[in-house]
Amino acid sequence: MQYIPRLRRYARALTGDASAADDLVQDALERALRKQDLWREGSDLRAWLFTVMHNVFINQVRSAAASRTVALDASLAELPQPQAGDRLEIRDLDAALQRLPDEQRTVLLLVGLEQMSYEDAARVLDVPIGTVMSRLSRGRERLRRLLQGLPDSSASLKVIK
Amino acid sequence: MNGTPVTESELQAYVDGCLPVARRADVETHLAQHQDDAQRVDAYCRHTAALRTAFDPLLAAAVPLRLQPGTRKGTTSLRRLAAVAALMAISGIAGWQLHALVTAERAQSFHLAKVAAVAHAVYSPEVRHPVEVGADQEAHLLRWLSKRLGVSLKIPHLAGLGYSLVGGRLLPGERGPAAQFMYQDIKGQRLTLYVRAGDDSRAQTAFRFAQENGVSVFYWLDGRLGYALSGETGREELLRVADAVYRQLNP
Repeated sequence: MQYIPRLRRYARALTGDASAADDLVQDALERALRKQDLWREGSDLRAWLFTVMHNVFINQVRSAAASRTVALDASLAELPQPQAGDRLEIRDLDAALQRLPDEQRTVLLLVGLEQMSYEDAARVLDVPIGTVMSRLSRGRERLRRLLQGLPDSSASLKVIK
Repeated sequence: MNGTPVTESELQAYVDGCLPVARRADVETHLAQHQDDAQRVDAYCRHTAALRTAFDPLLAAAVPLRLQPGTRKGTTSLRRLAAVAALMAISGIAGWQLHALVTAERAQSFHLAKVAAVAHAVYSPEVRHPVEVGADQEAHLLRWLSKRLGVSLKIPHLAGLGYSLVGGRLLPGERGPAAQFMYQDIKGQRLTLYVRAGDDSRAQTAFRFAQENGVSVFYWLDGRLGYALSGETGREELLRVADAVYRQLNP
């Protein structure tokens, strides 16, 4: 049970929709159960579960790419409300996240929300660590511009190596 | 300060608090001199904190009703899967500790405890189909599972301890078929005995014990066979039964 709330938190931020998030978690757990022999004893179970869920998510995105209809207002109402007085409106944050490309949103959430190391995030996403860093940098800058109402210059963002 | 230019990746690492201590002063000097970068980093930190504020409530939220037993697909219960995930998590931690200090033989027998505990968590709550072959066909059950595992099995009788045989089932194991025998007492409390064949070693191990989330497991290797007795009972009670099982298998 210990990782399920974390999977739900990540899935909720990833999909922008409470019920889609729980569908994703459920599919991931079912897949993890079927594939449990692939998990190496002694390896990091959290990273493995996130890897399984990421693969399920990617498959869903691919198969449902064109037909995504999410009732954002309805789903936002289901998110537990934090204490009042936060400077940033959650609704804005949620909406901005959904406007990031999937590849940037996944990295940003694994690192920023799940607080995974860059190495673990690279393993979960099955990409080189340099790719994690560039997606993180671009994702954060794009989110900032969305939230601050700045023109989206992600195409021309300078990435210092 | 060593004068090496600060990279974008280092700015990100600064935001995430994973920059090597030795570079922190360099990055802070850079930020003091580059207002654009300082504003960006400040915003990234605030947005990262906002993510936590926005979504952390889900960590404490109750699992929604629709994820309680009886699900979309109608075949699996998320609660049971969650129990399995918890067992996997525990064995992961224990497995990691094992790696540090014990032999492959011991890790192998621990794997036995893991799969047995998972099988117990999956099948012992079953109301209508706890076993494939019931105790009323015990002779058939024994022949069938012995044939599938390729060894001559014995079914321990635990009535003297208050546990009657419910029956058994065939399970997939890492190296081939495995068997699970299920017992229950008069209150419906269930124990399962998981048996797998195929270990090359002629190893004999002592009883080993693992426990989590109320499921206790005693497991041991005996020649080619590995056994694991699982139950949601206390250690003493399970040891009493495990001892009886062992004695019956090794008269």
